[in-house]
Amino acid sequence: MSRINKAFENGKAFIAFLTAGDPSLEKTEEYILEMVRAGADLVEIGIPFSDPTAEGPVIQEANLRALKNPVTMDAIFEVVENVRKKTEVPLVFLTYMNPVYHYGYGEFFRKCNETGIDGIITPELPFEEKGEWKEYSDYYGVDLISMIAPTSDERIKSIASEATGFIYVVSSMGVTGVRSNITTDVKGIVEKIREVTAVPCAVGFGISTPEQAQAMAGISDGAIVGSAIVKIIAEHGENAAPHIYDYVKKMKEAVSE
Amino acid sequence: METGRFGEFGGQYITETLMNELIRLEKEYEFYKNDEEFNKELTTLFNEYAGRPSLLYYAEKMTKDLGGAKVYLKREDLNHTGSHKINNVLGQALLAKKMGKTRVIAETGAGQHGVATATAAALLGMECDVYMGKEDTERQALNVYRMELLGARVHPVTSGTMTLKDAVNETMREWATRVSDTHYVLGSVMGPHPFPMIVRDFQSVIGKEAKAQILEKEGKLPKAVIACVGGGSNAMGIFHEFIPDEDVALIGCEAAGRGVDTPQNAATIANGSKGIFHGMKSYFCQDDMGQIAPVYSISAGLDYPGIGPEHAYLHDTGRATYVPVTDDEAVEAFEYIARTEGIICAIESAHAISHAIKIAPTMSPEDIIIVNISGRGDKDVAAIARYRGIDIHE
Repeated sequence: MSRINKAFENGKAFIAFLTAGDPSLEKTEEYILEMVRAGADLVEIGIPFSDPTAEGPVIQEANLRALKNPVTMDAIFEVVENVRKKTEVPLVFLTYMNPVYHYGYGEFFRKCNETGIDGIITPELPFEEKGEWKEYSDYYGVDLISMIAPTSDERIKSIASEATGFIYVVSSMGVTGVRSNITTDVKGIVEKIREVTAVPCAVGFGISTPEQAQAMAGISDGAIVGSAIVKIIAEHGENAAPHIYDYVKKMKEAVSE
Repeated sequence: METGRFGEFGGQYITETLMNELIRLEKEYEFYKNDEEFNKELTTLFNEYAGRPSLLYYAEKMTKDLGGAKVYLKREDLNHTGSHKINNVLGQALLAKKMGKTRVIAETGAGQHGVATATAAALLGMECDVYMGKEDTERQALNVYRMELLGARVHPVTSGTMTLKDAVNETMREWATRVSDTHYVLGSVMGPHPFPMIVRDFQSVIGKEAKAQILEKEGKLPKAVIACVGGGSNAMGIFHEFIPDEDVALIGCEAAGRGVDTPQNAATIANGSKGIFHGMKSYFCQDDMGQIAPVYSISAGLDYPGIGPEHAYLHDTGRATYVPVTDDEAVEAFEYIARTEGIICAIESAHAISHAIKIAPTMSPEDIIIVNISGRGDKDVAAIARYRGIDIHE
C-alpha cells in the first residue's frame, strides 16, 4: 500500500500546504515536520514559480518571497530527502509545468522517487495532456494527482476512472484563497466520482476555518488547506512554527470529529 | 499534426476549471467559421466598420532611397482603432455573442488590444473588463481613459512585474472565476488551444488581402514578408497565407531592447528556450531554473516573454526566420519612415521597417518586400520624444 493510501486509512485526512523556500528552505523543512507533529496526514509542497496563474494573492506573494532567494530544484529535493529521514508522511509536490520541463521530466521523476515524493499536482496538466508526464510518473511510481473542478461535469467520469493517489476536488471557481463560503455542490461531485472509483477525494480551495474543513471532510475523504497556512507564515516569518502547530492541530481535530 | 498542436508546440496546459469552456469554444468556433451568416456579419463589420480591406501601399520614396527591392507597406495602421488588433477582436466578440456571452475580458500591454476590445464591446453591447499592468496604465494613461470612454472598466494589475505577462495572468484568473457569462478575448496567437488557431484565422485576412493585392499590382509574389513579433498575431496574420509559397521568405522581427546580449530584451527566439507557460508549449525567455524572465522593450506591445506556438514551429522547421531589432534601430526606423513616407507607424511596426531598411538594398529591383505596418504611432510620439531627450508628456 502506498503512503498516500495509508493517509486516508484512518478517518478523514487533513492535508496541509506550504510554499518551498518561504521564508527559507531551512524553515520549510522545520514547518513540514511541525505540520506532521500537529497531525497533518499529507503535506503538499509548492515549488515556487514566477507566474502562479492558479493562485490567489496570498500564495502568489509566497511564491515571490520564496524566489527572492535562489530556490533550486535540487535544494528542494534536499529538503524532501531530509524530511523523509524523519517521517513516513506522504509528500506531494504542487508545481507549475515550466520548472519541471526545464529541469527535465526524466530526472525530475527519478529524483521524486529517490527522495520520497509520492505524488505530483499541477494545475496545468488537464486530462487531455496527461501523456506529457504519464510514462515518467508510471515508471518511477509517482502518482499524478487529478483535479476535478466545479465545471468538470461530464468530464468527471473519465478523469476519475484514471485517477491515482487521491483526487483533488476544487471547491470553488477561480483561484486559491480564503473564502467566506463555498457554494459549489461538492457533495454532488464526490457522488459522481464514487460511481467510478474508490480513489479518495480531498477538497481544496477556499477552506480556512475548522467549520469549513469539517463540512468538506464530512462529504469527502479530507480537506486541503493552503492559503490560510501560508498567511500564518507570511505573518510570523521565521517564528511561525508554534502558530502552524496550533492551527494544523485545530484543523485536524475538526476533520476528525 | 495532432489537434491543437504545431509540431510539438501548442497544447492545452490549463486548469481543469477552464477545460470545458475551451472545448466548447473550439466546437462553437468550428461551427461558426463555416457558417454563412456569421461570415457575412464579420465581413460587414470588417468592411463597413473597421475600414477593410487595408491598403497595400507602394513606398516609392523609400524604395528609391534604399536602392534595392521594391517596398510595399500593408497599412493595418489605417484600420479603425489604429491597429491590426481590431480584426481578431471583432471576430472573437461576434463569436462570443453568438455563444450567448454578455461580457468580454482582455489583457492589454500598450493598450491597443484593450482599446480594440472595448470598442467591439461598445459596438456589440457587451460588458467589458480590461486588465493592464499597473506600470503600463501609467505609461499609457491616454489609452486607459480611451477604454473608459468606450465604457470598459480598466483594472491595474499590481502582481509580478506589473506588465503584459502579469496582465495575462490576471485575465486568466478572472476567467477561471467567472466563465459562464464571460469570454476571454485573447489578444495574440498564444495561450491554450484553440486560441492560437482562432486568432490566426481572424488575423489571416491581412495576408489574404496582401497576396491578392500584390498579385494585382505586380503580377507576382513578394520575395519577403516582414512583420514584428511579440506574441505574434500581426505576423501570423500576414504570414499564414504565404506559408505554402516556399519562395516567399517570412521574417519576424523580435524586440531586442537594449541588445540581445544585455539582460534587457524580449527576443524570445534569439534568447529563449522551450518551455510551457500561459497554456502552451513554445519558446520563452526564462532563467536557469525555469522561472519566466522579466523582459524589456521600448515597445510595450512586444514586451512579452513568449511567442505563439505556430511561430515556434515555423522557426524550428525553418519556414520562417526571426531576427532581433534593438530599441535604437526601431527608433531610427520610426523616424525614417515618418520623414520618408509621411507615415507615423507604431514603434512595434518600426521593428519590421528597420529590418526592411537593412535587407532592401541587398536585393534586386525585381524583388518585392511587403512590410506589415501593424499599427499607427500616435501612442508612441511622446515616448520617442523622451527617447530623444525631449520632455513631452501626453
